[in-house]
Amino acid sequence: MSVKEPLICGRQVPAELLLREVHVLDPRARIDARRDLRVRGGQIAELGEPGSLDASADEELIEGHGRLRLLPAFFDPHVHLRTPGQEHKEDLESGTRAAAAGGFAAVIAMPNTDPVLDSAPLLRSLRDAAAREARVPVGFLPAITRGLEGEQLSEMAELRQEGALGFSDDGKPVRSAGMLRKALQYQRLCGGVLALHEEDPTLSRGGAMNEGAVSAALGIAGIPTVAESTMVARDAALAGYEDARVHFQHLSCAASADAVADAKARGWKVSAEVCPHHLLLTDEDVRGMDTSMKMHPPLTTEADRMALIEALRAGTIDCVATDHAPHAREEKEVPFEQAPMGSTGLETAFAALHTSLVLPGVIELALLVERMTAGAALFELPTPSIALGGPADLTLVDLDAVWVAGEHGWESRSENCCFAGRQLQGRVLLTIAAGTIAHRDRALAMVDA
Amino acid sequence: MKHLISIEDLDRGAIERIVMQAERFAEVSDREIKKVPALRGRMVLNLFYEASTRTRSSFELAAKRLSADVVNFAASGSSVEKGESLKDTVLTLSAHKPDAIVLRTPWAGAAELVSRWCSAAIVNAGDGKREHPTQALLDVYTLRQRLGQIDDASIWIVGDVAHSRVARSNILAFQRMGARVTVAGPPTLIPRGIQELGCEVRYTLDELSSADVVYALRMQRERMSETWVPSTREYASWYQINARRLTPRQILMHPGPVNRGVELSGEVVDSPQAVITAQVEAGVVVRMAVLYELLAGAREAPLAGTGASATGNGRPAKVPTGTPVVPAVGAGRPG
Repeated sequence: MSVKEPLICGRQVPAELLLREVHVLDPRARIDARRDLRVRGGQIAELGEPGSLDASADEELIEGHGRLRLLPAFFDPHVHLRTPGQEHKEDLESGTRAAAAGGFAAVIAMPNTDPVLDSAPLLRSLRDAAAREARVPVGFLPAITRGLEGEQLSEMAELRQEGALGFSDDGKPVRSAGMLRKALQYQRLCGGVLALHEEDPTLSRGGAMNEGAVSAALGIAGIPTVAESTMVARDAALAGYEDARVHFQHLSCAASADAVADAKARGWKVSAEVCPHHLLLTDEDVRGMDTSMKMHPPLTTEADRMALIEALRAGTIDCVATDHAPHAREEKEVPFEQAPMGSTGLETAFAALHTSLVLPGVIELALLVERMTAGAALFELPTPSIALGGPADLTLVDLDAVWVAGEHGWESRSENCCFAGRQLQGRVLLTIAAGTIAHRDRALAMVDA
Repeated sequence: MKHLISIEDLDRGAIERIVMQAERFAEVSDREIKKVPALRGRMVLNLFYEASTRTRSSFELAAKRLSADVVNFAASGSSVEKGESLKDTVLTLSAHKPDAIVLRTPWAGAAELVSRWCSAAIVNAGDGKREHPTQALLDVYTLRQRLGQIDDASIWIVGDVAHSRVARSNILAFQRMGARVTVAGPPTLIPRGIQELGCEVRYTLDELSSADVVYALRMQRERMSETWVPSTREYASWYQINARRLTPRQILMHPGPVNRGVELSGEVVDSPQAVITAQVEAGVVVRMAVLYELLAGAREAPLAGTGASATGNGRPAKVPTGTPVVPAVGAGRPG
């Protein structure tokens, strides 16, 4: 099925700059060395030995001193930009600004907006808005079912023609196996990955955090991990039966990772993502009842966290996604059980994972970069890479920079970040998305000094 | 002690101090004029987001016996129904400068949140299904009246543990006082992981005879319709405390209000083993002691060994020395 360009971006100003003596790391391109890299007209024009290139008068020069890392920019297949209808939490501009600040060159927005993104006219208007406002390219996943109600398929074929990247009922599961099966069958007509939020509502209902010792101590109704893992297993089997392509969103527990591994072993066309907070935090972090620690799926146990890290390392889980879920201060400044689910994550993802997984040696930096860019291919998009002649999707990071998350505020319109106040090491200095400078850290001006 | 939010914040010494203070206040309740001027000029605000007759009136009575001014603010029929948030309600009411806010909400952790938003001492009178610390303190008080001390006593908490803030506070408080706690009830109503609090878990009452104290929880009727248990009848046949199950040496407790014929049979409610009305009586004196501890005690000389509250600086309070706590000034002659 012919589709429109699936990623939409705002004003393009092709970057003209020379990055001199930067440490280029692109595991797919097998580069891990000091290089000079020239971006001309928004494309990677030259890649030379360190110190070999000189800046011309009409291009900006950024000195890496052999210390700053230049990475392929990250790709986030799961964000909530809250537009239309909840612009007090986030909008296309603020959300993509947050993405750029986190080193992401593209994001995929979820459809649980108000109204729900489930029709072609709405998709058209959103894409028009993105073409005006988005700092980095945005793709959209309209709803699988109308109004996310699980009763009737959205007009998937028409939505695909209008540029839908795929479909998702994120925020809610497709409760009925029969309904999901129809969507999987319909995929043969229209294509597009089905991204699934897995949760059995009969198991999770009323719960506000992971079920276990902490929920028992806090007197908060728990959500058992089987609420997710049984649905992952069910839907993997459905996808296998229909030979359909599904992507499991925000895996949170060992049992779900096992179900995905099992499905992959059978050759079923499944992929999976995991969020930084599920890799770095546990339900012990909920003890203080900070509402930024309340998200769906909930933070689970240390054993689950370890299993998720292992699954990411092994490739059972294909990529990192933030599930960036902004909520206004007054919505989160309420008792824990009343608060909406979600944490922002775009601005802290790389730094938090670098601090807590790469620095202690749990995973290699190259693997983290691979997993933070792998989401693109899962949605049939080109993977950001550092290749001559290709579009510049680049992130320049200072791996030594230490900062406190949120100390200078946020690019996001919301501040409900589960890592707020934590000391992180590794900071995004510059993001070039689709050839345009999308983010520049204030510290960058100081690099030469 | 700046606030009373969770039993977790209290060590044994702090619990004993409050209980001993309550024992002194009990003497006031026996006087013809049941009032002392200990908190004269202080203001206690009862902020209740849930219907409550007993707890609210017990706090009100406690505050009045200490000569404090009391304002009751119920969420129903107030600005809350117009959509005002908990935070804005607290900020608004704080303009009246209450010295203490007694807070009951259906939300776990609400008391702790409120303690960050205002300068008043916060007394948690129930936060969702999490805790009800003054209930636990009055239960400790009642048991000490009966048993002298609680060390090594076996206490069984029976019933709907999952939805009970009383259960959670009492598991903690009884254990702090040296008791061994067992929770028993239908598996659907015993939360996974509760044993991490240090208690034993049983799904039948077969070994109930080993208990020194049987603490029955209220079985709320709506739990039946939510199919937590198959029927009231089946619940009662497996978990009701009745004359057949209760042995004569055991003490029976219940936080009230009782569903006769459900969690307790009528005959045990009326038996001399039941201390249910003593618990209600203890409610007033223990809440007097808590208010006194927070509003008057905190200014006294510091002493090590008090539990620091989660949010406060854990300022310790005076340990009673055996002298009457009732100030001499105007004693027994209020108004």
